[in-house]
Amino acid sequence: MTPHMLTRSLDRGATIFLLVVATIGVLIPLSNLLLPSGSFLHVPTYLVALWGKYVCYAILALSIDLIWGYCGILSLGHGAFFALGGYAMGMYLMRQIGTRGVYGNPILPDFMVFLNYPKLPWYWHGFDMFWFAALMVIVVPGLLAFCFGWLAFRSRVTGVYLSIITQAMTYALLLGFFRNDFGFGGNNGLTDFKDILGFNVQADGTRATLFLLSCLALIIGFLICRAIVSSKLGKVLIAIRDAESRTRFLGYRVESYKLFVFTVSACMAGVAGALYVPQVGIINPSEFAPGNSIEAVIWVAVGGRGTLVGAALGAVVVNYAKTFFTSGVLAPYWLFMLGALFILVTLLLPKGIVGTFNSWWEPMRAKRVSGAAESAAAENGVSEPKMAE
Amino acid sequence: MNVMDTRATSAMLYLDGVHVSFDGFHAINNLSLTLEPGEMRAIIGPNGAGKTTMMDIITGKTKPDEGTVLFDGVTDLTRLDETRIAELGIGRKFQKPTVFESQTVQDNLLLALNVDHSVKGTLFWRGNRAESERIEKVLEIIRLTDARNRLAGSLSHGQKQWLEIGMLLAQDPKLLLVDEPVAGMTDVETHLTAELLKEINKTHTVMVVEHDMTFVRELGVKVTCLHEGTVLAEGTIDQVSSNERVIEVYLGR
Repeated sequence: MTPHMLTRSLDRGATIFLLVVATIGVLIPLSNLLLPSGSFLHVPTYLVALWGKYVCYAILALSIDLIWGYCGILSLGHGAFFALGGYAMGMYLMRQIGTRGVYGNPILPDFMVFLNYPKLPWYWHGFDMFWFAALMVIVVPGLLAFCFGWLAFRSRVTGVYLSIITQAMTYALLLGFFRNDFGFGGNNGLTDFKDILGFNVQADGTRATLFLLSCLALIIGFLICRAIVSSKLGKVLIAIRDAESRTRFLGYRVESYKLFVFTVSACMAGVAGALYVPQVGIINPSEFAPGNSIEAVIWVAVGGRGTLVGAALGAVVVNYAKTFFTSGVLAPYWLFMLGALFILVTLLLPKGIVGTFNSWWEPMRAKRVSGAAESAAAENGVSEPKMAE
Repeated sequence: MNVMDTRATSAMLYLDGVHVSFDGFHAINNLSLTLEPGEMRAIIGPNGAGKTTMMDIITGKTKPDEGTVLFDGVTDLTRLDETRIAELGIGRKFQKPTVFESQTVQDNLLLALNVDHSVKGTLFWRGNRAESERIEKVLEIIRLTDARNRLAGSLSHGQKQWLEIGMLLAQDPKLLLVDEPVAGMTDVETHLTAELLKEINKTHTVMVVEHDMTFVRELGVKVTCLHEGTVLAEGTIDQVSSNERVIEVYLGR
């Protein structure tokens, strides 16, 4: 990223968002590690892990907003890229268990011994090295998105048809990963992790660090998205979203743009999945469930499509509500509430929380600084943030 | 190699024996038409005569079943897609004004400029003086300088039509296809648009589809009347409008 891209991408809303994420990213781990557990301000470890999960979801939401909010590609299978990133990390964590597994096999993870695998499948090689696993976290989702996108966009599959085949893609992966002979632990998935880079995954310090890293990944992901959408490429993406065929007649190769942004988005989703797995301690095929991907789209709709900040905010708000409601008497009704939330947001708040806030706040601010109003309106995208939580 | 040697025709645009049918309906029927470089041609004809389909064929949106479509004497347009054809230098204004509504007037023109359209080029794009000056000039020509920071969606119908013509100017193609530029315009706007197109024609080859006969008369160029996908009459406006068949199927008595 060149300096001018950085300065161009940092408007006021973006800066405030980054400051809030950075503050949370530092304060929560510090409070967890340094304050005594009796203190009012102490954040218990289970909350650090829970919020770490939310931050990973926020990254996933950001990746969906990049393609849906700015380029009009509604992927209902983004959970697949998230899960693939998660599996790549899970494979590394499995290989770190070594002889501490139930069967004590130094090479084969427990489920392979149990299923009578004679040797490690070829695609598990290399995952004992962190750098390789970290690379695969980005490469595998990126490659799948590239191949899938190349075929779909070149054939001009758009709109609801594209959404349906993304659902089919994640469902096909779900069925594949459920199979024991697929080599990823079948329906149990990968779990019982011990260490990451030599640190105990259960330890407070590791959890706090993972939380900090997740916030850092959110910041980097947000900066990448902002750099993309505030460049001229971002204007082309919006042009494609609003009038695809017009953009073609201007001489833009629409499929290349879609492919680029879809692949970047899948890589981001992969990173989110990889950070998610060590914090929740398990990855299994249910992450590929079509419902998960749809839920992630709802977060973006609630927060505000095409605002980036809104996507992250929506992920946190909806998941906080999910945690809150599914731990009480209302638990069996959560899916109904989620459905109702989606309908209500679509009907009453079509721009989402941040989008609505912007359209209310922008005219107010324009009135206040009428001199600079013209240039402010010229800037496309979010100009004002919401308070983060 | 001298390009002239390989040219099949001196024409900017050459259509010969073009056929297109949709589910048995012959939208274009043995259509042959030639546009010389620097020419402006007005295309008239009743609804369903195949005017828009012809533009779809030239710009690569529709593939003809048979026939030849040559651009600049050398390029067979039937083999290329929309993006490639636009890159070659054919610009199009749609019947219904199609601008990028959620972006500013200025950004609409920026997007239309014929500069690097690759993913990498746009990602690392930073404006330069030459580009700003070109945008400035186009804004002046289409009289939208004061509206430069307004969202294109908030413009009036006539202004949108002009913005789209401005986008064509920014694209600076060799051949402009203009579909119903004065639909929904007031008389004054129509007059100004005719002036604008005449100005553009000084440096570009232009094909205009229009129903408004006053406007066509004002352009004062060669007219082609299409009917049922084929050329019914061709000539000056007076010749065409006095043609018995044209009066019968299009102008009315």
